[in-house]
Amino acid sequence: MTDLEVLDSSPAAPPRDNGELIFEAPWQSRAFGVAADLVASGHFTWNDFREHLIEAINEWETLETSEQQSWDYYSCWLTALEQILTTRALLDGEEFETRATHYASRPHGHDH
Amino acid sequence: MTEKHDHTHETNAGSSEIRTAALEDLLVEKGLVDRSRIDSLVERFEHDLGPMIGARLVAKAWLESDFQSRLVSDADEVLRQENIRGGEIEHVEVKVNEPGIHNVVVCTLCSCYPWALLGLPPAWYKSPEYRARVVREPRKVLEEMGLSLEPDTEIRVWDSSSETRFLVLPEQPAGSEDLGMEDLAALVTRDSMIGVAKALSP
Repeated sequence: MTDLEVLDSSPAAPPRDNGELIFEAPWQSRAFGVAADLVASGHFTWNDFREHLIEAINEWETLETSEQQSWDYYSCWLTALEQILTTRALLDGEEFETRATHYASRPHGHDH
Repeated sequence: MTEKHDHTHETNAGSSEIRTAALEDLLVEKGLVDRSRIDSLVERFEHDLGPMIGARLVAKAWLESDFQSRLVSDADEVLRQENIRGGEIEHVEVKVNEPGIHNVVVCTLCSCYPWALLGLPPAWYKSPEYRARVVREPRKVLEEMGLSLEPDTEIRVWDSSSETRFLVLPEQPAGSEDLGMEDLAALVTRDSMIGVAKALSP
């Protein structure tokens, strides 16, 4: 069992409603699922991930108000995921940026 | 996601949507993640944790007064008999709502909560505001959350700790006397077992 309690009992807990996770857009559930799968297959633990998540949330919180986008838990989640993956060399930062730029330039309707 | 219909969105490599797609695809190609596993993990985390176990206990207590007495006098023993464990269940106490007495649960220090009975705590339960104010002005907080109590109802606030978790046994709603276990359990919301709401009416 990939036990989320370690996240849920911390300030970095994912938003829930009546015990169920809340996703406001499909990409949020994908970002969640990617992390959950990596935890399930032992690439890192929720504890490891939590450290990066708390860091990402802190970074967001210390931004100047004018630079802050409206609060979005899963954008911090995504930042944490990118960071833990590059830190552990599971993902090459450059390759990732290239792919993201490539996807961004695709014609409308070709992204997921 | 209000920027969804913004045309600049499609060409923004910094958008979360694009970055997530790029990340997932790369990890799939490297064999680090699997799309169908991701699907089932999301599905499981979205739906498997919830207040159903607590709701069934409450429904059973409504149906069987003997079970209710045992639950109130020694919840730990009842949970053992019912084979409910896991989560953070250490010592559980059940507090019964009755005419003139309303119970509500908080954890003033952090977010201690009977996970195994109620799933995961809602965000507001963990908020500094709820934790501080429900002790100081419970009636007002409950009213803000949509629960108006009679002025002469005594409100008892129970502060959870890592040793003791509380479950509120809400009053059985009028008109539910003929219902069976499943239908009754469906009336028992998570919030009613924390004590910030009443059980639903049938």
